[in-house]
Amino acid sequence: MPAKSMTTTSEKLMTGSEIFVQCLIAEGVDVVFGYPGGANIGIYDALHDAVAIKHVLVRHEQGATHAAEGYAKATGKPGVVLVTSGPGATNTVTGIADAFMDSIPIVVFTGQVPLKLIGNDAFQEADIVGITRPITKHNYLVRDIRELAKTIKEAFYIATTGRPGPVLVDLPKDIMAQKTTFEYPQHVELRSYKPIVDVDIMQIMKAVKLINEAKRPVLYVGGGAIQSNASAELKALAEKMQCPVTTTLHGLGSFPEDNPLSMGMLGMHGTWYSNIAVSMCDVLIAVGARFDDRVTGNVNAFASNAKKIHIDIDPACISKNVVADAPIVGDVKNVLTKLMDLVHRVDTHDWLATIEQWKKEHPLRYTHGKEIRSQYVIHKLGEITKGNAILVTDVGQHQMWTAQFFNWIHPRSHITSGGLGTMGFSLPAAMGAAFGRKDLSVISISGDGGIQMNIQELATIVEHKLPLKIFVINNGFLGMVRQWQELFYERRYSQVALRNPDFVKLAEAYGCRAYKVTESSEVEGVVRNAMAYNDGPVFVEFVVAQEDNVFPMMPSGQTVNEMIDTPDPVNKNGQPDHKGLSILEKG
Amino acid sequence: MDNIVSHIQISHRARAQANGEEHFQKHTISILMENNFGAFNRIAGLFAAKGYNIESITVGPTEEKDVSRMTIVTRGDNQVIERIIKQLHKLVDTITVADLTFDSFVERDLILVKVQSTPETRSEIMQIAEIFRAKVVDISPETLTVEATGSQLKVDAIIKMLRPFGIKELARTGRVALKREFQGEV
Repeated sequence: MPAKSMTTTSEKLMTGSEIFVQCLIAEGVDVVFGYPGGANIGIYDALHDAVAIKHVLVRHEQGATHAAEGYAKATGKPGVVLVTSGPGATNTVTGIADAFMDSIPIVVFTGQVPLKLIGNDAFQEADIVGITRPITKHNYLVRDIRELAKTIKEAFYIATTGRPGPVLVDLPKDIMAQKTTFEYPQHVELRSYKPIVDVDIMQIMKAVKLINEAKRPVLYVGGGAIQSNASAELKALAEKMQCPVTTTLHGLGSFPEDNPLSMGMLGMHGTWYSNIAVSMCDVLIAVGARFDDRVTGNVNAFASNAKKIHIDIDPACISKNVVADAPIVGDVKNVLTKLMDLVHRVDTHDWLATIEQWKKEHPLRYTHGKEIRSQYVIHKLGEITKGNAILVTDVGQHQMWTAQFFNWIHPRSHITSGGLGTMGFSLPAAMGAAFGRKDLSVISISGDGGIQMNIQELATIVEHKLPLKIFVINNGFLGMVRQWQELFYERRYSQVALRNPDFVKLAEAYGCRAYKVTESSEVEGVVRNAMAYNDGPVFVEFVVAQEDNVFPMMPSGQTVNEMIDTPDPVNKNGQPDHKGLSILEKG
Repeated sequence: MDNIVSHIQISHRARAQANGEEHFQKHTISILMENNFGAFNRIAGLFAAKGYNIESITVGPTEEKDVSRMTIVTRGDNQVIERIIKQLHKLVDTITVADLTFDSFVERDLILVKVQSTPETRSEIMQIAEIFRAKVVDISPETLTVEATGSQLKVDAIIKMLRPFGIKELARTGRVALKREFQGEV
């Protein structure tokens, strides 16, 4: 959040680089993830004296953008990146696209060749403003030093307001060396960008009417509820209505899963009962969610019996994939507060009893014996941490198992690459989260494929002695692709088997404590030890079942009728808990 | 700017239904935008990235300094047009976005046509130009260059009339459009 009473003007002539540093201080930036080079060397010179700003030297610029994303997701504050021109700038592209898809507020500053050389194919020149135009919320090329401070102010404002997203500011080297007086604007006034909307009471009333007549309502909650810090309002509304709640991948943690109204995650690998409930519901209340194809499957069959209420801050999101009967444009927290006063308790007694029965018949479940199953690792991790940790996952099977088997209680406890699905996200994003949140354990979970996509950041993590727990779920495969090849391509395993390095030796070479776990009986002890060690990072490799699959599964583009439930038997002895989890020990 | 977009969407649908409009009709969208570096690219790029079709696009200055008006003619069913308008609205550079299609509006295209002419055909071409209130702006022993403005239909018609003489070159602007001040029934 911008600091209010900071001195933000100076009569003294300052260079662009010095002004840049003053702007960051005025914005309250405490960490910058970056990498120096020829075009931003002047900025690094100015940064050298800035004690208020901690600069983290990453080992690859992609790591910087993911770290900024992790920092932003964990803290709610914008993440900041500073890189040089050309390859430095192009290396940030994947992270920017990732932040764009998942609506994460980051501000990326790129060095640029001097203004008069732009377009000349100068050394380390790339048209990064052109390259990132479709993947940023907005971007700028600063062409006049008098515009610099105003542009930086606008960049932070645009990144953090409305539907958040990445903003890039390109800084030509000669502009940053010129001098002017410094004045940091207190307010941003853009006639073409007014993100704060008053909620239209007519829209609210339409939704209230639908809700109060509902017999089988479902709340479908996405990342917008977390971005808007609306967990308390969501809980109050769900409890007042007695309405079951399902969350998207990014909505995990917005509603506590130990609450009986929780149905866990929905979608392609969501719980059986949440998907069935959505298909049977008569009113679907979408809260800061965007009807992504991984949630809906066949969009025409999705909640086809339901009237749809869609709450979102981005009007362009509403009726994009699914036409809303009652669209509400506004900040989730604000809208839920208004709804709370107007909705009644809906008589959902029978509806909740039906869902409870489904949870018993079709719980999330696994069986396990000596061989480690990934589900067991995640389940144990949930028990040991009691949900009090930040889990940062990568992309693939382990990501889905973590979403399914961890007990999500707190908002901002789950960070992942959802929209873009970026392998290599977890390690740098967890690093960013750890810089932002010293009060919680941060756990990075990757597969053996994804960990190798940004493993260079182990050096950064060791350098800063971050107490990260780095868990690698090693099944020797690109597991999710292998699963699809098994199910849909007749087990023709094309380019999915990985010949991996010795991860323990590799981690140790970086200066990291490392363990390898190969049997179920060792899992709990090693996890407890890892959680207890806080003097630096711990790397744990779990060698798990090779050809394990993620279930339930609603195959891509299909409906709940094609949903494949978990093949493992249901534990008849013990009742599944509220998350609908059942574990069977194999003999 | 309270929920302009949802209002657009509602009035849009209601009117389209009331008029029994064709689903894939042409829409003329008028955009006022900040004359910022890259703003044109951002809007054109949006159409490319989202796969929306552009039939014509024009951009130029307005009465206000720093503000440009862009007029885009596009085609799509109501849902696609709704999406286009919302996406355009979302861009930081756009100040207002209006679909003129269901309003009363004036629209103009401008063409320059270089027509082959002989001493025998010259006066006939000039007569045609006159009927369309077009102007002859250049002349040579073998050609006449005609400037015509008007609605798309009028401009199409003059081209059709001139084609038999042999069109050597043709340049046509995209559509520019403004909403009529009086919208009531006449």
